[in-house]
Amino acid sequence: MKTYTNTGNKDTRSGFGAGLTELGKTNEKVVALCADLIGSLKMDDFKANHPERFFQVGIAEANMIGMAAGLTIGGKIPFTGTFANFSTGRVYDQIRQSVAYSDKNVKICASHAGLTLGEDGATHQILEDIGLMKMLPGMTVINTCDYNQTKAATIAIADHHGPVYLRFGRPSVPNFTPEDQKFEIGKALQLTEGTDVTIIATGHLVWEALEAAKALHEKGISAEVIDIHTIKPLDDEAILKSVAKTGCVVTAEEHNYMGGLGESVARVLALGHPAPQEFIATQDTFGESGTPAQLMEKYGLNSASIIKAAEKVIARK
Amino acid sequence: MSNTQQLEDLTTQVRRDILRMVHKVNSGHPGGSLGCAEFIVALYNEIMDRKDTFDMDGIGEDIFFLSNGHISPVFYSVLARAGYFPVEELNTFRLINSRLQGHPTTHEGLPGVRVASGSLGQGMSVAIGAAQAKKLNNDSHLVYSLHGDGELQEGQNWEAMMYAAGNNVDNLIATIDLNGQQIDGPTDVVLPLGNVKEKFEAFGWIVVEINQGNNIEEILKGMAVAKSKTGQGKPVCVLLKTVMGNGVDFMMHTHAWHGKAPNDEQLAIGLEQNAETLGDY
Repeated sequence: MKTYTNTGNKDTRSGFGAGLTELGKTNEKVVALCADLIGSLKMDDFKANHPERFFQVGIAEANMIGMAAGLTIGGKIPFTGTFANFSTGRVYDQIRQSVAYSDKNVKICASHAGLTLGEDGATHQILEDIGLMKMLPGMTVINTCDYNQTKAATIAIADHHGPVYLRFGRPSVPNFTPEDQKFEIGKALQLTEGTDVTIIATGHLVWEALEAAKALHEKGISAEVIDIHTIKPLDDEAILKSVAKTGCVVTAEEHNYMGGLGESVARVLALGHPAPQEFIATQDTFGESGTPAQLMEKYGLNSASIIKAAEKVIARK
Repeated sequence: MSNTQQLEDLTTQVRRDILRMVHKVNSGHPGGSLGCAEFIVALYNEIMDRKDTFDMDGIGEDIFFLSNGHISPVFYSVLARAGYFPVEELNTFRLINSRLQGHPTTHEGLPGVRVASGSLGQGMSVAIGAAQAKKLNNDSHLVYSLHGDGELQEGQNWEAMMYAAGNNVDNLIATIDLNGQQIDGPTDVVLPLGNVKEKFEAFGWIVVEINQGNNIEEILKGMAVAKSKTGQGKPVCVLLKTVMGNGVDFMMHTHAWHGKAPNDEQLAIGLEQNAETLGDY
């Protein structure tokens, strides 16, 4: 089976920062707004290089989203940066009315998503943001898996007209996708070929899915791993094609099972190819303080859980 | 248009439009619409330097944002009569498949509308963003916005006010419709706003007061002062004292007509008090 090499752990938020730095040089329409988290979002370079295109809004996310909507009127492409919790739940109505319903070309870039934010605990660990954002008509929802993919996605969304929610995280995680990749919004990536089970993962769980596939291979189980970086619009075709071959699915995400990738996949299957599915996700719960690894272990969001789920779903075929 | 009488005639016609629109669908917000009729008429026909045709970016012209979107009847009437879309389309207000939604939106592509509004408190932030875009584009034109006084109870306004003053957004004139009324009663009873002038000044804004906000000449004078205060490093706020329901005697000075349509008889009285000037749609 195809294997992937970790070229060295890096945080996905730094991929965002690097992508934004690149956009600063190549696209004069790009402007950035931040709500008092420049260092955390890795927006320092963009701010230093383009102070006139950078807006520090303070701890006032609602105003940030409204301003971003306004900046599009005049042709700017605003990228807002704050934690995922403050990028979504806190400003849902501002995004709904001023951005999504108004069809504004705003890129909502959200770091520290999910449990892997770690020690700060549940107040900051949003596990509902994918659901909140995917329910908004016209919103594109992307959850990247490593540094390189996050950088490529950041650059790609500037060329896409319309609101985008780009979700990434805090911790250093394996960097394994190609440095020079072309990021295609809405296009699933088949990472391994398999015949027994399809593992559909997003974000930090993609690497865990690859680790699980390796272990399953050693057990004689052939797993097809699909990286879904774009949760909306979802690549229905890639999912149906794979499940037609394997006959069952495990979905894996750092998010509540309600409203997440798993439910989107379940809908595709229900309409196109009913098949057993297991959900690796948080089970309608808040998170808590702990190290990222401890939390992913406790809430069952790692390769060990994916392996168990794969064996279970195969037995259900 | 520069003749005050012409603006007054247009305002009378706009009042008729407002009454007929909300009457037809037995819904909508006549009170605040009537209260702001003179202001929005003056804005679009005298105060703003705007292009005849609509494009979303509005580069090279003054642009306006209606934050208190529920007064859509007056906005639609003024936009139509300024030539953004046919006045006959006012007939479709709040009907299925209409571009004239209950609250203004860009979703159906109605010319003249640049952002959706209705959920209150969001327009000032949008106006500030658009004002910043104008600066980046070296566009010396201004951004105007209108907000209800009750709307100031939404916290986002105060975030926006802090930002605009702290970042020298001096190409923005935000007008507050001070009619002292909101859905549940007088603002002083529902949630007192205190001294709005002092609050804006404390936040670092220049404040211009128009004490007769239903008098076209006073509006023109006050807005000229407001315009003269732009470009001085501070955002400008206009406190426009209006009478809710202005021009229809039984709708005036009360919150009762905030979101209620007149019946046939009430419509007839309202129209009688505002004789046709430019022709009904």
